[in-house]
Amino acid sequence: MITDQENDDRAFKRDLLASLPNLRAFAVSLTGRHDKADDLVQDTIMKAWGNQKSFTAGTNMRAWLFTILRNEFYSQMRKRGREVQDSDGLFSERFSVHPEQYGRLDLQDFRKALDTLPDDQREAIILVGAAGFAYEEAATICGCAVGTIKSRVSRARARLQEILGVSGEGDFGPDPGDAAITARAFGS
Amino acid sequence: MSEDETRNKEKMNTPQSSNFRPGAMLPNASISRKLREFYDAVQEEGIPDRFLDLLERLEEAEKSAKSVNAK
Repeated sequence: MITDQENDDRAFKRDLLASLPNLRAFAVSLTGRHDKADDLVQDTIMKAWGNQKSFTAGTNMRAWLFTILRNEFYSQMRKRGREVQDSDGLFSERFSVHPEQYGRLDLQDFRKALDTLPDDQREAIILVGAAGFAYEEAATICGCAVGTIKSRVSRARARLQEILGVSGEGDFGPDPGDAAITARAFGS
Repeated sequence: MSEDETRNKEKMNTPQSSNFRPGAMLPNASISRKLREFYDAVQEEGIPDRFLDLLERLEEAEKSAKSVNAK
């Protein structure tokens, strides 16, 4: 016979597993490195497992896990002091494995731009723009007001736009041939 | 500049702007897309074995702790 407790345990493990890829992507975006991210995810799993009792079944497990991971990340950072991130090294090595899927340079440029954001803005735009959380959920995870998250996200967007807009002008603008014709047409 | 010249300039500008990629027209959309691309690339790597092993071990440990308690 399966007890309610066993059912809860199974559901817990199932939901935890289902959240892992998303949680891990968040860890990578916080730490900037796969190896550190995986250590962080491991610590988070241990913490979550140990605190199973404090999780209310049926509530948002993903938000709960993200909160644990985020707290763990910042408490580790405070302990160790921030180490220099290697945004060009390990990360891009990992991604060069899939050049057919993603414009490698494109993604590297984006990663670099993301790294220039202050931590609070980066996590806000990741949570809302990529991890799929509502503003309210992101505010709960970060322990701040919804308005704060909204303003962080919009500042992050503006900053990324500024950085990527400038470096990507050649990509988005008219092609050089057209530009030359335009210049001739309006030159005199 | 005469009115005619101004009109010509407008005419030439119109087809020009259609050459812009959507990202240029909606920079926010382009940034959102890149953000998700970056994030999804990690998500699509799936779950490394070390985490599956870890969960197995945690489950085993819990079971054996329970059976010890039951005795």
